[in-house]
Amino acid sequence: MEYDIVIIGGGVVGCAVARLLSAYEGSIALIERSTDVAEGASKANSGIVHAGFDAEPGSLKAKLNVEGAGMYEALCAELGVPFARPGALVLAFDEEQRATVEDLYHKGLANGVEGLEIIGRERILELEPNVNPQVVCALWAKTSGLVSPYELTYALADHAVINGVDFLLETEAKDIHKENGTFVVSTTKGDLHARVLVNCAGISSARLHNMLSDTKYEVIARKGEYYLLDHTVAPAFTRTMFQTPGKMGKGILVSPTTHGNLLLGPTAEDVTDDWDTATTAAALRMVSEKARRTWPKENLRTCVTTFAGIRAHEKGGDFIVGPTQGVKGAYEAIGIESPGLSASPAIAQRLVSQILQDNPLKKKVEWKPAYKGPKPFSGMTIQERAEAYAQNPEYGAVICRCEQVTEAEIRDAIRRPLGARTLDAVKRRTRAGMGRCQGGFCSPRVLEILAEELKVDPTQVTKSGGKSYLLVGTLASITGKEDA
Amino acid sequence: MEITCINCPVGCRLQVTVENGKVTNVAGNGCKSGYHYALQECVAPRRMVTAVMTVANRKTPLSVKTKTMIPKTKILDCMRQLSALSLNAPIRMGDVVCPDVCGTGVDVIATKTVE
Amino acid sequence: MQILNTQTVDVLVIGAGPAGMAAAIAAREAGVSNLLVLEREADMGGILRQCIHNGFGLHRFKEELTGPEYAQRDIDRVRELGIEVRCGTTVLSIDECRFVTAISKEKGLQLFQAGAIVLAMGCRERPNGSLGTPGTRCAGVFSAGTAQKYVNLEGYMPGKRVVILGSGDVGLIMARRMTLQGAKVLACVELMPYSSGLNRNIVQCLQDYDIPLYLSHTVTYIRGRERLEGVTVSQVDECRNPIPGTEKEFDCDTLLLSVGLIPENELTQQANVEISPLTQGAVVDDTLQTNQPGIFACGNVLHVHDLVDFVSAESLKAGKAAAEYAMGQRWSGKFVHVKDGDGVRGVVPQKIRIPESGMAAQGVQLMFRPAGVYENATLRIMDGEKEIHKAKKRILTPGEMAEVTLKSDILNALSGADLTVRIDP
Repeated sequence: MEYDIVIIGGGVVGCAVARLLSAYEGSIALIERSTDVAEGASKANSGIVHAGFDAEPGSLKAKLNVEGAGMYEALCAELGVPFARPGALVLAFDEEQRATVEDLYHKGLANGVEGLEIIGRERILELEPNVNPQVVCALWAKTSGLVSPYELTYALADHAVINGVDFLLETEAKDIHKENGTFVVSTTKGDLHARVLVNCAGISSARLHNMLSDTKYEVIARKGEYYLLDHTVAPAFTRTMFQTPGKMGKGILVSPTTHGNLLLGPTAEDVTDDWDTATTAAALRMVSEKARRTWPKENLRTCVTTFAGIRAHEKGGDFIVGPTQGVKGAYEAIGIESPGLSASPAIAQRLVSQILQDNPLKKKVEWKPAYKGPKPFSGMTIQERAEAYAQNPEYGAVICRCEQVTEAEIRDAIRRPLGARTLDAVKRRTRAGMGRCQGGFCSPRVLEILAEELKVDPTQVTKSGGKSYLLVGTLASITGKEDA
Repeated sequence: MEITCINCPVGCRLQVTVENGKVTNVAGNGCKSGYHYALQECVAPRRMVTAVMTVANRKTPLSVKTKTMIPKTKILDCMRQLSALSLNAPIRMGDVVCPDVCGTGVDVIATKTVE
Repeated sequence: MQILNTQTVDVLVIGAGPAGMAAAIAAREAGVSNLLVLEREADMGGILRQCIHNGFGLHRFKEELTGPEYAQRDIDRVRELGIEVRCGTTVLSIDECRFVTAISKEKGLQLFQAGAIVLAMGCRERPNGSLGTPGTRCAGVFSAGTAQKYVNLEGYMPGKRVVILGSGDVGLIMARRMTLQGAKVLACVELMPYSSGLNRNIVQCLQDYDIPLYLSHTVTYIRGRERLEGVTVSQVDECRNPIPGTEKEFDCDTLLLSVGLIPENELTQQANVEISPLTQGAVVDDTLQTNQPGIFACGNVLHVHDLVDFVSAESLKAGKAAAEYAMGQRWSGKFVHVKDGDGVRGVVPQKIRIPESGMAAQGVQLMFRPAGVYENATLRIMDGEKEIHKAKKRILTPGEMAEVTLKSDILNALSGADLTVRIDP
């Protein structure tokens, strides 16, 4: 297959790049090794749109964080993705930490962050009564935001698909080389040829870069583990609660999510396996212990799940965003760890403007607007519910009782431009199975709808692609055959 | 020997004396059926078998049971025989879906109705 | 704008499982004609539909039935009485004024003003996520009830090599079901030093098939990238912490969880009904009325039962009381509170009303779970410092609900102090 542009990696950055490029003439493909987009760092992170006080002034991280965070309102409004800026507090519990908080304040000013203020104990407890009263002061970052990272990625991908980008899923780039001025990307599904290559491969980005360029990078897989609490109980905090950062990252945060859950984490542990998203008893214990400093009345009884994500940490410590050194036609985003989500709109914009500069492309006459999914039934008023049903009776069938997700929304998730193919993909797009029963009641029904929509046998439906089948066969195919 | 009565949810622990393959004494039973259970269990244990069977012209399977207990040794044979059978709806609750399963003299009957 | 009409219903029952059906039957028999049952599933019967094993109905029907057969008796009675049941209808909200919204594919959004409500939504299984078991998030980890649904209602096998975590009854029953349908069940693993399931189920579901039961053990690691590949099982100490060096590896493609049932009270909480942290169900009085007048609760949404027979019995009472409330009956009198003493967890009802006239017409049944295993223990009920009831119990285990009935003469003589139920070993 030949394309003008091939983007490697369906995370938030790759999808944002695909979306921006889809406004221009030319054939574009995005390849992703998983069954869905947002399967790497983009699905398992804190979902914070950082204000930008943390990164070293002058670094690309600082610049793109502040720039990217500033783009969120417009972007999310255009895509129909929930976004809010409840603000954040960085809590200091002793004098040493007070110094760090002050340092962050000044860094923030240098980075051009607005709405920063250092506040004392009384004001902190007024804003957030559940904070440990031993707090001495805090940096209040009023512009700190919350977004669902995977919902954003899906919306970006949908918009790109609507405007003609081919999403090649379950397609892993194995090798890249240049032949007669064209890139040849050898994948698990055959070779792709491209004039322009954009490497947004997250954890694999350095490996792919090193195949092409003489400059070498090293990306380390850094695992972060989290607790997620249910939203039936009002979250203990209305803002993101940071502790002062350490060498390995921003430390353990306690934060509400856009859906009213409470998130605790992450740890930061370097691992050797890029796929190692297994949780460990020790790390989870550490999250719980450290979070208690912020939240002395910590209550994990309403925990719905624990999970881990892998972040791509580049040894140099900063983002690498731009043309690949010494390789004409290649562009890359490497080491996109925190604040990568916050920076992603700016990273994509930077890459795309460089691509266009070097490779002038004609703007499409019509760039179709984004696909805004249906309004979630769970957030509708009585009147809206009645109207939704009048439009589509499938709103009458509530499939996920914990999150009140209807059949209409589940079918939409499968039919939308980059439709869900797996149980997890439906879950992240609709929240069916995200609640306290964790899909116990709804997963058989979602599986049935998936099989029906995808026209496959229920035994072929997976949890998250590959061989993650949920059913191993019909009773008739197994019972009485145990001797065979 | 000590066995647990499975006749009802109470689950009495029975002390059973067996001499020459015969039960000579039962203690610990809360009711008469515990006594009978011990007699049977220590000589030739029997069990109810419940299962589901596929119905060719229906999506959902049919739940069935042995009308009375069958010898414990025949349970897996019973499952094998049932899984080899093909049923067709409609079937009424109580209908015999497999007469004399595995030569036990016990019928397997439907425990629900599939219209 | 669509005009939404509110329908007035004298007694509205939420759920048509065994609890809801019994409550509806009792309400109709007590003379309520304007009665409606809402059920989210496509059919009546609740979880009994998938409980195809036998062992139900000994108390109520004096014979041993399978789940579907037990349910059918109530379904037949509901139909015989002409009770309206709307299946496929999910209740979306209720409030303390007993205003209810619901939706179904067939009828769309429905609004109700109920004279009385019976909450009968049942319970749900505690999922793996809440345990925080370390390891991967691969396919092949199911709650036992979900697996039961796949096997018994849909005719699919969720796996072939199975480990079961938790020895609750659903887990034990599924050990046998999976074995009979051709799977290999490698082990049943229980955190506590005793099983939370019935003894008979340990015998006929595990021992009959030589499935080992590991008490004081738990799953400490879940392995597998896509589908489950195995689990690590470790012994735990008295504080339930895994003991290093005791790890056993099991290669399996399926982990079934039977680690507890939780009353499903999200709707209940919307109506500001007080919830007991012990039962995780509503706090009720002897009429099974919650702190919100006219809202009653019964069955597994009130507290998790061991036997459906008790669910039905309790729900008949709740249905009758709801009917009386809807027809204008108001109960008066002072409450005495019933407290959990040593060895006792989650007594229901938590409040008993002493009739002003001093004339309790009938006895009150108290139900609870023993906090541990007790043999030849004494069950005592104290009225303040005074013992008002004493019974010798041969065996008490957390897997089995215990009950004691306070007769009307005892009720009429209550001092007004708190009652305490306790087990003396």
